[in-house]
Amino acid sequence: MIELVSESKCVKCNLCVKVCPTNVFDKVDNDIPVIARQDDCQTCFMCELYCPVDALYVAPQADWNVSITEAVVENKGLIGSYREKVGWGPKRTPVASHGYIYELYKRAKF
Amino acid sequence: MKKDIELVADVLVIGGGPAGTWAALTAASKGSKVVLVDKGYCGTSGATAPSGTGVWYVNPDEESRTKAKLGRFELGGRLAEDTWMNRVLDQTYENMNQLSAWGYPFPLNEEGNPHKTGLQGPEYMRLMRKIVHKAGVKILDHSPALELLADEHGVGGAVGVRQQTGETWKVEAGAVIIASGGCAFLSKALGCNVLTGDGYLMAAEAGADFSGMEFSNAYAISPIFSSVTKTAYYSYASFYYEDGSIVEGAGSKRGRSVIAKKISEGIKVFAVLDQAPEEIRPFLRISQTNFFLPFDRLGIDPFKDKFQITLRLEGTVRGTGGIQIVDETMKTLVQGLYAAGDAATRELICGGFTGGGSHNAAWAMSSGTLAGKGASEYAQRTGVGNRDLKGLSSVPITVGNSTFKTAEYVRAVQEEVMPYDRNLFRTEHKLAGSINRLDDLWKDIRNGSISIEGNAIKARESVAMTLTARHMFNAAINRKETRGMHKRIDFPQIDANQHYRLISSGLDEISVRPKPVEQEAILK
Ligand SMILES: Cc1cc2nc3c(=O)[nH]c(=O)nc-3n(C[C@H](O)[C@H](O)[C@H](O)COP(=O)(O)OP(=O)(O)OC[C@H]3O[C@@H](n4cnc5c(N)ncnc54)[C@H](O)[C@@H]3O)c2cc1C
Ligand code: SF4
Ligand code: SF4
Repeated sequence: MIELVSESKCVKCNLCVKVCPTNVFDKVDNDIPVIARQDDCQTCFMCELYCPVDALYVAPQADWNVSITEAVVENKGLIGSYREKVGWGPKRTPVASHGYIYELYKRAKF
Repeated sequence: MKKDIELVADVLVIGGGPAGTWAALTAASKGSKVVLVDKGYCGTSGATAPSGTGVWYVNPDEESRTKAKLGRFELGGRLAEDTWMNRVLDQTYENMNQLSAWGYPFPLNEEGNPHKTGLQGPEYMRLMRKIVHKAGVKILDHSPALELLADEHGVGGAVGVRQQTGETWKVEAGAVIIASGGCAFLSKALGCNVLTGDGYLMAAEAGADFSGMEFSNAYAISPIFSSVTKTAYYSYASFYYEDGSIVEGAGSKRGRSVIAKKISEGIKVFAVLDQAPEEIRPFLRISQTNFFLPFDRLGIDPFKDKFQITLRLEGTVRGTGGIQIVDETMKTLVQGLYAAGDAATRELICGGFTGGGSHNAAWAMSSGTLAGKGASEYAQRTGVGNRDLKGLSSVPITVGNSTFKTAEYVRAVQEEVMPYDRNLFRTEHKLAGSINRLDDLWKDIRNGSISIEGNAIKARESVAMTLTARHMFNAAINRKETRGMHKRIDFPQIDANQHYRLISSGLDEISVRPKPVEQEAILK
């Protein structure tokens, strides 16, 4: 579930409010968005992909809350890690075009 | 009642996943004025966007096509039809090539040509939104449809709410395409919590029928803590008990039942992808980044560390039942109403089984394209006109206060559809019990009313899930055999005399009747 909107990183663009399929966030005038309906989060990680500054963290636990702090996930290099792997953001190449996908296709057993 | 936003269009598309976006785009390219509404956000919402899909992209030579068509034919209980498979293979081939031309970044093969057997969800759906927008389609995000509008000439629009502003909307349209996906009963399977059968409900209220609703019990493997129901890689898994001994017969495909049995007996099952050859592990990591994401975040190495698994219900999302289709225009029995993607029955191309991979994605893009064309031609022929349209909701949607027991209904439906011993392993006895309880629930629901000022969409979702479950179980009790994904413990064999489709119809009373399979694939 979504656990964190980083106050220090967020640039208040409200893209997460716009793209979250289950409308978890609320926009706040002149402030960072709030996680208003955490129970509705479907743990799809899409907000992380669209946040331009890696200010969001979605914990992988789908059915229960976990307590994490920004410092901990930041230290573990987890914040922004999905966007990096998907290859979104400036100077990155989308993973969709990665040659390994074709390599797997040649060898996969599924 | 006047709505805050009132629009007129030739074609209204409900749902902005692959089926809805291809439908909208096609209708717009035929010169229609198109509005697309999505409950979430067109581009991130639905089953494809966060997950990604293998696609049934097959070269158009005779040999490859025949092999592809026969691939799932037996597994699907011989309910797929040759004409439909050809149609979808052709359309998918065309659409995938089109995606390449639009700039979808396919990987390259040895010859330097794009390799097109899969689509990464975020990339694909971001591109689709861009193209749809460019085509002049008006997109309303966070704007779920609540009910269809109709008069004696058929369906002519829909009304809904805008979740982020509380405004109401109304779109009058010559034709409406339902592309709202399947129903996974709020199980939190990846991307599926927006998929609550809303389109089934709206179609049933308009008088459409369903086909194959017994093929609705897809359960997907996921780590117990996670929403990520990506299953392909479990073909490299070994399954263990807590004490480290092997679970005999467990597997990712046919062996899934073994896993379900153990879990329902309260036994913990663990998986580890230790069968994946060392040299392909980096390829696996790149090809499905989202598969590894939950593990990486918890410091689990899925190739080495055992992790506990569960099976999450995906219902009709990776099932095959849905709204019955009359012909290749994707029209339903109701004038002006069309369906595409998971909302429409997929039996036509994969019978009673889909599991992971390929057919669903091909169906979504192909049926979407066909529906866009069909609806557009119909709307241009009949025009929008000045009509006296009325809302069709089976539960009155009112202004002002009303209480609706949404949470209670959701829980009650989930208790019927989620347990493996009811929905995955079916018996006459348990199905009859579920049907009785769901019928009572439905009666209670019918006496209520939904306030448009409250959380109307959640209330409608609970109604939709109840109706979906009733269609599923009524079809299931009538198929007294085991075919495709439909498993009857009391009838464990396939029965040649039941080689037909089951059509279900109704709201208060659900009736089920057999229909012959038109033209099955010719087996070599
Ligand atoms: C984890 C996972 C992996 C999968 N992998 C594969 C694969 O490898 N290959 C394959 O072929 N298939 C796969 N599938 C299936 C595939 O994702 C679906 O078949 C496909 O997404 C269907 O497309 P669709 O457009 O019909 O529905 P969806 O993509 O689900 O989109 C439906 C849209 O309708 C919207 N909506 C719902 N209700 C309303 C309403 N009331 N008003 C307005 N809008 C509404 C939703 O917000 C959503 O945007 C997978 C599914 C899952 C869950
Ligand atoms: S998308 Fe990121 S930067 Fe923009 S408002 Fe949300 S958290 Fe802040
Ligand atoms: S993970 Fe998905 S559902 Fe949860 S807040 Fe992010 S976008 Fe919304």
